[in-house]
Amino acid sequence: MEVIGKVSRVVGPVVHAREVTRAQMLELVEVGEQRLIGEIVRLSGDEISIQVYEDTTGLAPGENIYGSGLPLSVELGPGLIGSIYDGVQRPLELIKKQCGEFIPKGVKVPALPRDKKWKFTPSVKAGDSVTAGQILGTVPETDRLEHRVLVPPGVSGKVVKIAPAGAYTIEEEIAVVETASGKKPLRLAQPWPVRQARPNKQRLPFDAPLLTGQRVIDTLFPIAKGGTVAVPGGFGTGKTVVEHQVAKWSDADVVVYIGCGERGNEMTDVLKEFPHLIDPRSNRPLMERTILIANTSNMPVAAREASIYTGITLAEYYRDQGYHVAIMADSTSRWAEALRELSGRKEEMPAEEGFPAYLPTRLAEFYERAGLVETLCGRTGSISIVGAVSPPGGDFSEPVTQHTKRFIRAFWALDQDLANSRHYPAISWLDSYSDYVDDVGNWWKENGDPEWPALRTEIHDLLRREERLQQTVKLMGPEVLPDSQKLVLDTAKLFKNTFLQQSAYDAIDQYSTAKKQVKMLRIIVTYNRLAAEAIHKGVTIQTLRALPVLEEISRMKFSVSNEDVAKFDALQGRLEKAMEEVARGAQ
Amino acid sequence: MTATNPQELLKSREYHGIQKLEGPLLFIDNVHNVGYQELVELRDGSGRERLGMILETSRGSAVVQVFEGTTGLDLAHTSVRFRGEPLRLPVTKSMLGRVFDGLGRPTDGGPAPVAEERWDVNGLPINPTSRVYPRKFIETGISAIDGMNTLVRGQKLPIFSGAGLPHDRVTAQVVRQAKIVGEDVSFAIVFAAMGVKHDVARFFIDNFRNTGVLENVVLFLSLADAPSVERLQTPRTALTIAEYLAFRENMHVLVVLTDMTNYCEALREISTARSEIPSRKSYPGYMYSDLASLYERAGMVENATGSITQMEILTMPSDDISHPIPDLTGYITEGQIVLDRELHQKGIYPPILTLRSLSRLMKDGIGKGMTRDDHAHTASQLFAALARVKDVRALASVIGEEELSTLDHQYLQFGDAFERTFLSQREDEDRSIEETLDIGWKCLSILPKEELHRVTDEEIAKHYVKSS
Repeated sequence: MEVIGKVSRVVGPVVHAREVTRAQMLELVEVGEQRLIGEIVRLSGDEISIQVYEDTTGLAPGENIYGSGLPLSVELGPGLIGSIYDGVQRPLELIKKQCGEFIPKGVKVPALPRDKKWKFTPSVKAGDSVTAGQILGTVPETDRLEHRVLVPPGVSGKVVKIAPAGAYTIEEEIAVVETASGKKPLRLAQPWPVRQARPNKQRLPFDAPLLTGQRVIDTLFPIAKGGTVAVPGGFGTGKTVVEHQVAKWSDADVVVYIGCGERGNEMTDVLKEFPHLIDPRSNRPLMERTILIANTSNMPVAAREASIYTGITLAEYYRDQGYHVAIMADSTSRWAEALRELSGRKEEMPAEEGFPAYLPTRLAEFYERAGLVETLCGRTGSISIVGAVSPPGGDFSEPVTQHTKRFIRAFWALDQDLANSRHYPAISWLDSYSDYVDDVGNWWKENGDPEWPALRTEIHDLLRREERLQQTVKLMGPEVLPDSQKLVLDTAKLFKNTFLQQSAYDAIDQYSTAKKQVKMLRIIVTYNRLAAEAIHKGVTIQTLRALPVLEEISRMKFSVSNEDVAKFDALQGRLEKAMEEVARGAQ
Repeated sequence: MTATNPQELLKSREYHGIQKLEGPLLFIDNVHNVGYQELVELRDGSGRERLGMILETSRGSAVVQVFEGTTGLDLAHTSVRFRGEPLRLPVTKSMLGRVFDGLGRPTDGGPAPVAEERWDVNGLPINPTSRVYPRKFIETGISAIDGMNTLVRGQKLPIFSGAGLPHDRVTAQVVRQAKIVGEDVSFAIVFAAMGVKHDVARFFIDNFRNTGVLENVVLFLSLADAPSVERLQTPRTALTIAEYLAFRENMHVLVVLTDMTNYCEALREISTARSEIPSRKSYPGYMYSDLASLYERAGMVENATGSITQMEILTMPSDDISHPIPDLTGYITEGQIVLDRELHQKGIYPPILTLRSLSRLMKDGIGKGMTRDDHAHTASQLFAALARVKDVRALASVIGEEELSTLDHQYLQFGDAFERTFLSQREDEDRSIEETLDIGWKCLSILPKEELHRVTDEEIAKHYVKSS
């Protein structure tokens, strides 16, 4: 790398340089003799500003800036799955091997293993013409995931050479394509600039839910494959547990978990737990579909800003291979704060609460990289984003929550009161919403219950009625209500305790299949319908409360596992029979 | 270019005269190119020495933050030397039992410790892949903590308090009683006081002495009358020796930082003096990252058997938990213990507001083989019942207790019994986890069995106390 300028001023993670000979916007540079990684964020005459991804302690004016001529990029190829990276794609396991428990400055390690040989099987032959995004061949990256080696965007032409099936490292040439501008050698890995979205053929309308196994999400506030959702909540409301649960149990093919400015121990938890957790769909360890990006709160702030882009670029790469990818970004507020800090250090004019005026633009850019698409190779792939938001003081009117709301279509609002009473997941049924209900309705009708939209609306409406009744109860107590209204309270309580509350740590309860969810939903709705009829016929609420079947219902989430959902049908039968007897007794 | 100049030569170069003084900041021009966050030595006209740190450096000029304050400095007679390296702390086991100022200089009259190594006080981030996930239960003997917000080794658990609340007594009790059941290992306490009053420091020192642990304590005192800027370094020096003791000497270290509110005020002072763009309540936008650089220095790592457990005390301005200081802290720490004024006024000690408190690492530190099989369910049931108590009390204040249903009455009784028997305990009362859970069950037994949804039938059969 050549010297392109000299440091003139150091303000925390922002470094200014002068006497710059050659530089381009967003170029990757190395700063000073410690060779800290940075990115050019401003050009003005022969001066540049650089945001540095490592601690700048000890950096002095006069030191050299080394240019790379390339934008900040990630390396895409086999070996990403199962890795844990920092915000600029440096593998933390490798850093540990080289440097011990702490992360020193200026450490240089390759993102993908250089010496590992991958079993490559070509799917084109010499003489074929290929276009950008087409599949050249495959590599079994993990036991469950076939890595599809793609022609990089911008390359098309005739294959003049393709490697025979065999084992290759990511640096070996596996194909040569004759393009309009000459012969282009291709390898198993390819670079891509993180701030640029990878191309696709076209966006598709949403048609299926991203199943998370969490009942309150899938049933009340679903997200579509390719959708975007924000999870706002004050501290202690369980954002991270929700993110972990979705990362563990969602039916995505690949999960990219971005720990952005959060706790180190939480990342360790994921790291230690995921290799031992078995995905119920493939029966393989969860780590075989997961990429972790950990830029914890004490790691450099500029790399925190980059970590979001690194994560989504890796996600796009797997989407382009025709996979459904889910991104957990925990937390986007920390990313926004990194933007704010860097903006302040660059002495830019602030907008609301010190955030830069381009905050909404950046948020929009990020969330718009989600979607369900037809890829360049003609397959269907998607990126769904679950972005945690950490509003100061739990106040949703702050800028990050408000701007995020403009670019997402589902909102899982975490509630402090629910969390305080240990009702988890603490997703508020009153403040949350999902715009994807209609998109995924058909899927649920076909794969769940033909009456799904109606059942869902019925129970949601019941929760709303209960909330209104609670106003009265708060003033006069529940005893003054007529039995029909007491039933609303009873059913709502039953639904909250049995259906909405879900233990993240119980072996049976932590994950519910779509079938289990609809059966549970139907049982509770049935109870409500039949009990309302019975009360109409003169049965008292006390009689209903004493029904033994109610006890069974309230324990069904723990007692019936995903594998034997048939037991729910039996329970449904017992419920209908019990209610029939009660009603008969009243006549 | 610095590389052509021998570093040693530059270190001995002394500059006379400075350009500007503003609050705790000093501006100097016509110097060699100095490194960001380098340590600075200053001498005023009378020969008094002070230390400072580079906050901003550009060609030939620098902004220096003076730790001991700028009082008495003048522009003409101040001389400045740049040390060419950040603030470093000599680290050695012989620092145990000693007292230092916020910058790590001994203030107990003893000699400066002789150490083989001097560590950069800013530390380095722990690689998340080399962390060991904390799961070892620390028994504090306080029911509200052990039973419902369990502390585990390697955790950072702050106490959110308010002026006039007994946070010092609670912390002192935790420090006195904290132990790992069935384990006898070398432990140390690192105590850092930032801007607290002399009597608070005295209270802790007496406490350490009376329990005979003073020999195992390293004290860093930067008290209320010390310059506020010094407070910014105090937790860093403290955590540096803690890291040495934990990860090099394999000791179990409990770090007590008090009072983080004073630290944050100092941060705001510097930020304002530099006319930075303020964020909420004029605190700097980087306060989250800054606090994280302290709090994240807790935990355990592979290749070392020691640990750092942190308890930070902070007083919430006007008891407001959404104030930026507790708010940002809560986003970084692994839970919080909240003290409540109302409970305190009722005469309940410790006045821990259980519903608002939380320990994030509790789930992995309790249960079979660690505390007791029923711990998780019992705690969850207590939380659920307390949430209901809160609602019933609100209702009772509107419609009167007489109008409540029998069940609601039972909840009121439960709430009172909980505060009287479970929450309340003497300052010298050291309860075992079994005692704590048994008291919890005694309280729960006031409620009918059918109300206990979060415990299993077997647990009810085993622990539910039938009313006589």
